[in-house]
Amino acid sequence: MRLPVNGHDTYCYTGGRSFDPTLPTAVLIHGVLNDHSVWAMQSRWLANHGWNVLAVDLPGHCRSAGAAPKSVEEAADFIIALFDALGVEHAALVGHSWGSLIALEAASRMKARATHLALVGTAWPMKVSPALLDAALNAPETALRMVNVYSRSTLCAPPSALGPGTWVFGAQMALGRRVLASNPEVNVFHRGFMACDQYAGGEAAMARIECPVLFVLGAQDQMTTPKAAQTLVAAARQAGKAVTVRMLPVGHNEMTEAPEETLAALRDFLVDRHDRN
Amino acid sequence: MPGYADPGFDTLALHAGATPDPATGARAVPIHLTTSFVFDSSDHAASLFNMERSGHVYSRISNPTTAVLEQRMAALEGGVGALATASGQAALHLAIATLMGAGSHIVASSALYGGSQNLLHYTLRRFGIETSFVPAGDVDAWRAAIRPNTRLLFGETVGNPGLDVLDIPTVSAIAHEAGVPLLVDSTFTTPWLMKPFEHGADIVCHSATKFLSGHGTVIGGVLVDGGSFDWEGSGRYPELTEPYDGFHGMVFAEESTVGPFLLRARREGLRDFGACISPHTAWLILQGIETLPLRMQQHMRNTERVVEFLASHPFVARVGHPMLPSHPSHQLAQRLLPRGAGSVFSFDLKGSREQGKKFIEALKIFSHLANVGDCRSLVIHPASTTHFRLSDEALNAAGITQGTIRLSIGLEDVDDLIDDLKRALKAAEKAGA
Repeated sequence: MRLPVNGHDTYCYTGGRSFDPTLPTAVLIHGVLNDHSVWAMQSRWLANHGWNVLAVDLPGHCRSAGAAPKSVEEAADFIIALFDALGVEHAALVGHSWGSLIALEAASRMKARATHLALVGTAWPMKVSPALLDAALNAPETALRMVNVYSRSTLCAPPSALGPGTWVFGAQMALGRRVLASNPEVNVFHRGFMACDQYAGGEAAMARIECPVLFVLGAQDQMTTPKAAQTLVAAARQAGKAVTVRMLPVGHNEMTEAPEETLAALRDFLVDRHDRN
Repeated sequence: MPGYADPGFDTLALHAGATPDPATGARAVPIHLTTSFVFDSSDHAASLFNMERSGHVYSRISNPTTAVLEQRMAALEGGVGALATASGQAALHLAIATLMGAGSHIVASSALYGGSQNLLHYTLRRFGIETSFVPAGDVDAWRAAIRPNTRLLFGETVGNPGLDVLDIPTVSAIAHEAGVPLLVDSTFTTPWLMKPFEHGADIVCHSATKFLSGHGTVIGGVLVDGGSFDWEGSGRYPELTEPYDGFHGMVFAEESTVGPFLLRARREGLRDFGACISPHTAWLILQGIETLPLRMQQHMRNTERVVEFLASHPFVARVGHPMLPSHPSHQLAQRLLPRGAGSVFSFDLKGSREQGKKFIEALKIFSHLANVGDCRSLVIHPASTTHFRLSDEALNAAGITQGTIRLSIGLEDVDDLIDDLKRALKAAEKAGA
């Protein structure tokens, strides 16, 4: 689906379904140098099980026009503008990595409009090493390789986004190159990492949210280690939120290295909780 | 396997796509010789059919053993994924049938395996797909042959049997200027000698029957997608960028940014054309791939010695291997194939066609048969066998004469191979006296 948001053409993958205002809505937000396709094995199922799915390409990424967000806050503004453009009153927010911070910040501003917050492969603070920041700016291919090596947990992923026979490492490399090439104006790799690195509002945002929170963490994640997520987990618990933590035996690419387990975690959180609501 | 470095080729050849079986602890890849896979529930079944969930349904579309082979080949080539087929020819056909229909056009190198040449020149023409053949090394001819309805450029990394090295960086640049992908058949070189994606190719196909399986036991093929071609940007591939009625209006390029080609090849091509591989065959190919690096080293060591021997033999008129400065692709091979240009090559005797026959029949270690890439050394006369349907003109374009003999150098003791050749050359020479 394409629609104008803030005056810019915006793409959302909807799982092959038309937007239906009578259904609950979930937005799925990708991480740095990714796009909607990283959610392939989760978004299509949700879309065919009673949800409006908006697996968005962030501005300046792949199919979406507009300036790539310089900060988590700017990206959160965009997500809220996306909901407003569609007339979505209430929505579940799901984000991976950088996208998890965007989902967190947007949910904190949406208050009761946010029904669920699912943070996949998250951490806060999400500091990025100076070496990686420098490589993302000056040697993106090297940085992309570093990120993929740190993100990977296995040489044997189950049937994944392209189906059986997918080589997740190669697919991530190709996607990164494609996203980088999609924006000739700005290095979205470096800009995305800078936004992660500089986001200071995680703990405060968690204190403001009004919905239940799911953490989906990779036990072997070297990009956003489970340990680095504990500040947010503690903040959510301290704020009295209903908190669920699902630890998967994978690295940072939960959606493609553990597609079934990630879907199960989201399904249990979104569908069951929504049914109960 | 988290780590701070990419696994190397040898590690990937053994481990990519496979892990000890969680159910039994089996270390080797299990052979899942089953047609179908049980669903957990009706919803699970529907979700698998609708590509909502990850898993296997029916072994024509996918199978866990086959998936290991596919992941391993994608890893070795540096692609995003792969798809295994019943044969190398099935892989080539699947690539073409996925990307185009009647009214489309292909530009192909004239230095091709006879079966591929036949498919393009005769068979596909019957289905409305036309091919223009150009000399592998004629850059201007590649460019000039592209038409508005061209959907694919195709060549072999090294042509069969003349070993014309395809200038992949140049030909891929020509393809990309025109918004068309370059498909290369990498059967003769395997990813151990060359990774075509690193040079600009977009899709790679293999006859896994040859070096990949390596033991002359099974027929199989592999198609690997590099994930780099921008199908939407090209605007020439509605098969991938517009709703497909055969799958509830699915737009493959929306489902996967980097792998729509493989998605359609599997979801339409394997489903409808059905040229799937047997899991048992996939397993045997995997056994071969596990020793591919070791075998390729030995293939190349032996080839070097045999080429040197033949090149200095007085009864040999020509040896067509790019390691020799006399070969037209020598310079290009130095650049693109630093580990060697393969162990399949041809040479011409100075004698008559009858003497050629005598030579082949006098060989004792070399087996006279229609295959290459076996661990055993092989020999054949292309003009009367693999390329027999080609016209004289096409034979000439492929670098084949009536006196050309093709060898596939195996893994035997190289001194024994040279002795065998020496003996047969003597017998051939005597037959002309």
